[in-house]
Amino acid sequence: MSNASSAPQHSTELPNGWEMVVGLEVHVELDTKTKLFSASPNRFGDEPNTNIDPVTLGLPGALPVLNKQAVELAIRLGLALNCTVQPSTFHRKNYFYQDMPKAYQISQYDQPINIDGFMMLPGDVRIGIERAHLEEDTGKSTHIGGTSGRIHGSDYSLVDFNRAGVPLVEIVSRPDIRNSDQARQYVAELRSILLAVGASDAKMEEGSMRCDVNVSVRKPGAEFGTRCEIKNVNSIRAVGKAIDYEARRQIDVLESGGTIRQETRHWDDSEGRTHTLRTKEDADDYRYFLEPDLVLLDPDQEWIESIRASLPMLPAARRAQLATLTGANKESESVYVIVERGQDDYVSAVAQAGGDAARALVYVQQAFAEEGATPKVAASDIATLTQMERDAKITATQAKTILSEMVANGGGDPVAIASAKGFEALDTSAVEAMVDAAIAQQADAWAKYCAGEEKAMGALVGAIMKASQGKADGKVVTAILQARRAK
Amino acid sequence: MSTPSSGSSPARITSEVVAKVAKLSSLHLSDDELALMTTQLSGMLDHFADIDKLDLSNVAPLAQPFPLKNVFREDVVVAGLDRDEVLAAAPAAEDGRFRVPPSLGLGEQ
Repeated sequence: MSNASSAPQHSTELPNGWEMVVGLEVHVELDTKTKLFSASPNRFGDEPNTNIDPVTLGLPGALPVLNKQAVELAIRLGLALNCTVQPSTFHRKNYFYQDMPKAYQISQYDQPINIDGFMMLPGDVRIGIERAHLEEDTGKSTHIGGTSGRIHGSDYSLVDFNRAGVPLVEIVSRPDIRNSDQARQYVAELRSILLAVGASDAKMEEGSMRCDVNVSVRKPGAEFGTRCEIKNVNSIRAVGKAIDYEARRQIDVLESGGTIRQETRHWDDSEGRTHTLRTKEDADDYRYFLEPDLVLLDPDQEWIESIRASLPMLPAARRAQLATLTGANKESESVYVIVERGQDDYVSAVAQAGGDAARALVYVQQAFAEEGATPKVAASDIATLTQMERDAKITATQAKTILSEMVANGGGDPVAIASAKGFEALDTSAVEAMVDAAIAQQADAWAKYCAGEEKAMGALVGAIMKASQGKADGKVVTAILQARRAK
Repeated sequence: MSTPSSGSSPARITSEVVAKVAKLSSLHLSDDELALMTTQLSGMLDHFADIDKLDLSNVAPLAQPFPLKNVFREDVVVAGLDRDEVLAAAPAAEDGRFRVPPSLGLGEQ
């Protein structure tokens, strides 16, 4: 799973006051039934070359016709990224390669459909979105022979055109990212937005979401340094690792008196390093020109507004709402996780059924990882469980046990489960008596504890929990012991 | 080849540029072909230079000569081509896929 939005890794500082400047180009396959310019299925995992047609293969005379649903999904994504939707055109990007039988890719060049958006990251960091444009995907080559299936030294290649012509949106950020944490947060948030608006299934492991990373380094305030583009970064974790590696590589080169060449590099995840793929001498001369077989794309305002009106609440707004409901920080891990799982409505239902929202957040995060957006356990039963714990009718440990049983059975009445297990509240005087007994029995431990040896408390608490058969609330026991010592 | 109307103007494109464009397109031109293409492309650019001389400040940029926009297709699957038939027409095929020589250099990976 790639729910790295909240993974608590942190990029380390760069040495000697260097700063990294990072921009991301993310390609996402749109979740349409057919290709961008032809009616073959857009479907991952089919037998090779079963989803092909004259347009896909670039056969003479074949003409592209734009898929309306692909345009609609591109606009949905653009609006969710706060972009302006504008009249746009298609260009031919000419290059000669086996995965492109027409010898050009149809893409958007100087008039993309979405421009000038932005995304907010934790800490009110604003990352600009330069553009989010439509283009077609390429076929897939498999290199045979030579070493390890790499293109270098291979004997020949096999090409599958099922993916050729699949609709893509390429989202290009501005170079506003300053560390690898932000880069990972950006990709994770983009993924959440894609899923929320239904534009893509955004599966990095299947290649329906792919990241290219542009990295340069500079001293703060200086001009941008020469950048390198890193390809093959196929997970959110790899985005962070590739950026940290590449920034340090560039600093090493510069500090030893070298210069950075503008080039495309390949991320090798198993080795944890980047390699030169090609230099930029002639590869970037794509001789773009207007695609003569397609006409102006000029979505009218009414269509754009109807798409805007149909957008669901976006992840950031849902996190804010959940944070308000539960009193948690909107940037906390639990809030991110619950919204990513789509379980925020469920937590809200628990609260509406009279439950304690803060406890519900914890329960759902801990116990419902395997459940979808609509867990089987009735929200009202979870509400009852949070009340029982809040009112100290059961301990936190007992609540957890009951919760596990409810999840395992797909539901259940927490009151009945508590009673069947003999979970009942011990009143404070009963616990006090057990504390007295434990102190008498474990005089040694008590003496050590009184002398300031905190570890000694463990033996006392253990004895009390045993005497109570687990019914005593650990927090209450600890509090009583602390109060006794303070006397 | 016939020279364009503004015949005395210098060549607008060099044979080096034409050779580079040919290389990017994977076209192999003989020296004679290179000279011919250079003359022909230069003539075309002369024609564009003539257009450039016109006052077009009142003419909006034109993406397409057709008076059309928003030509769409609904997102509905239509049966495509039969794989075996297509692969039978290819120079080489293997394992349901097109077999091609190893490719290095200009392309994307």
